Amino acid sequence: MGRPGLGELDQDRRGAFGEMRRAVLIAVPYAWLFALFLIPFAVVFKISLSDIALAIPPYTPTAKDGIWNMLSQLDFENFIFLTEDDLYWKAYVSSLQIALISMLLTLLVGYPMAYAMARAPEQWRPTLLMLVILPFWTSFLIRVYAWVGILSGEGFLNQFLLWIGIIDAPLTILNTNTAVYIGIVYTYLPFMILPIYSALDRLDGSLIEAAEDLGCSRIKAFWLVTIPLSRNGIIAGCFLVFIPALGEFVIPSLLGGSGTLMIGKVLFEEFFSNRDWPVASAVAVILLLILIIPIVLFQRNEQKQVEAEG
Amino acid sequence: MNRLSSFNVVSLTLGFVFLYVPMLILVIYSFNASKLVTVWAGFSTKWYGELLSNDAFLDAAWVTLRVAVISSTIATVLGTMAAYVLVRGGRFWGRTLFSGMIYAPLVMPEVITGLSLLLLFIGIGLDRGVLTIVLAHTTFSMCFVSVVVSSRLVSFDRSLEEAALDLGASPWDAFRLVTLPIIAPAVISGWLLAFTLSLDDLVIASFTSGPSATTLPMKIWSSVRLGVSPEINALSTILIGLVTVGVIAASLASKQAAVRAKRDEQAAARAA
Repeated sequence: MGRPGLGELDQDRRGAFGEMRRAVLIAVPYAWLFALFLIPFAVVFKISLSDIALAIPPYTPTAKDGIWNMLSQLDFENFIFLTEDDLYWKAYVSSLQIALISMLLTLLVGYPMAYAMARAPEQWRPTLLMLVILPFWTSFLIRVYAWVGILSGEGFLNQFLLWIGIIDAPLTILNTNTAVYIGIVYTYLPFMILPIYSALDRLDGSLIEAAEDLGCSRIKAFWLVTIPLSRNGIIAGCFLVFIPALGEFVIPSLLGGSGTLMIGKVLFEEFFSNRDWPVASAVAVILLLILIIPIVLFQRNEQKQVEAEG
Repeated sequence: MNRLSSFNVVSLTLGFVFLYVPMLILVIYSFNASKLVTVWAGFSTKWYGELLSNDAFLDAAWVTLRVAVISSTIATVLGTMAAYVLVRGGRFWGRTLFSGMIYAPLVMPEVITGLSLLLLFIGIGLDRGVLTIVLAHTTFSMCFVSVVVSSRLVSFDRSLEEAALDLGASPWDAFRLVTLPIIAPAVISGWLLAFTLSLDDLVIASFTSGPSATTLPMKIWSSVRLGVSPEINALSTILIGLVTVGVIAASLASKQAAVRAKRDEQAAARAA
C-alpha cells in the first residue's frame, strides 16, 4: 500500500479514456450508417410523396416550408397510381412467387451438399468449403452471363440434349421463368450452403447415434434430429436467398423474358427508361415494406446466434 | 459421421458440376476463333488481344480498381469499429437501430440501396462520379466487414487484452499490439470481401455514378445486354483466373497463419 495512488490513477486514466474512446468508436460508424443508409430511405419516402416534373431532378418537392406545409401537401397519388396499374401488383406477386420457389429449389440443392460436406472426412472439408466459396468471389454478372450461352436456343444445353437424343427440337429455356430459377439457384447457392454447413458442422454426432441406438431408422433420425438441429442454418440460408432474390434485377433482365415480371426490374426501368422518380420511389417504398418483416426476422436470428456464441 | 454414403457423393458431385461447368464453358469458349460463341472453330487468343486494345474497357477497369481499393479500405476501418461496438459496446442508446443498420444492408436489394443513395446525392447536390460510388460502396461493404470481424471478435480471449492493459499498455497500444494481430485474418478477409463486392457491383454503381465514371461491370452490362460476345468471355476468363489465384493464395496464407498461431499457443501453454 506504499503507493496507493498509482494503480487508481492508472485505472482512472483508463476509465476516462475508455469512455471517450467508446463514444468515438460508437459514433463514427453510427453516424456514417445514419447519414448514408437511414437518411436516404427518408429521402426516398419523401420523394415517393411528391409530384413528377419534367425538370431535372424530375420531381417537385412537395414539402418545402415546415412540417405543417408538408403534412398538408402530402399526396399519395403515386401509391394510388400503383394500385390502379395492374403491372405493379402483378410484379410484386410474381417477385414473391419467383423468390419463394427459387429459395425452396436452392434449399433442395444446397442442403444435400451441405450435409455431405459435413459428413466428409475432416481433411477434405477445407477444400470442399473453398470450392463452394470460390464461385461467390467470382463476378455475379459473369456467372449469370455464363447461363445465356448455355440456355439459348442453339446453346450448349440444347446441343447436348439433342446429341443424346432426349429431345427432337431445341427447348425454349432462355427468356422464361425457368431460366430465372436456374440463375437464382446458381448464383445464391453458396449463401444457402454455408450457414447450413456451419450448423451441421457443430452438430454433435453422438445425438444421431443415440437416436439410432434407440431404434430410429436413419431416415427418421435425420428428420427428428438432424433437421431440427440445423434449423438455424436453414433459416439463415433461406433469408439470405429469399430477401435479395425478391429485389433481383440482373437475373430477370438477362435470363428472363418479357413475361418475367420482377419488381427490381420494374423499378430500374421506371427509373432509367421512364425517368419517373416519384413512382420509382413509391415502388421502392412498397418493396421495403414487404421486406421489413423478413429483414427484422433475419436480424433477430443473426443477433441470437452472435449472442449464443459469445 | 465420417462415412459418405453414395447419396452424399452423388449430391456433392452433381452440385459441383452445376457450380463449375458454366464457368468452364465460358473459359473454354474465350479461346474460340469464331465470333459465334456456341460453335467451336479452333483455338485462338485473338479476343484477348482485342480486349486489351479496347480503351473503353481499360478505362473502366481503372475506375473500378480505384473505387474498390479506396472503398474497401475505408469500409474495413469502419466495419472493424462497428464490429467492436456490436461485440464489446455493451448497451447504449439506439443499439437495436445500430445492429439493424449493420444487418439490413446485407440483404437489402441493391435497387433500393442504389435508388436511395442516388436521391440523397441529388438532394444534397453532390456531383455524381467516383466519389459517390466510393461512398455507396463503403456503406454497404462495411456491414459485410463488420459481420466477418465480429465473428472473430466473439471467439477472442479478452483476458489477453486486459493483461496488456494491466502491464501498462495504453488502450491504443493494447489494440495495436495484441488485438489487431489476433483478429488480423478476419480483418484481411473483410477487406477482400469488401474489395470483391465493390469490383462486382453493377446496380448500385449504375445508380450512383455519373457520366464521368463508368465501372467495368457497367461496361460489361451494356455489351452483355446485346447478347453473348467472345470479348466478354475473354474478360470473364481473366477475372475468374485472378479470383482463383487470389482465393487459393489467401487460403494457403490463412492456413499457414493458423498453424503458426497454434504453435504459438502451444508454446505459451508450455511456458505457463
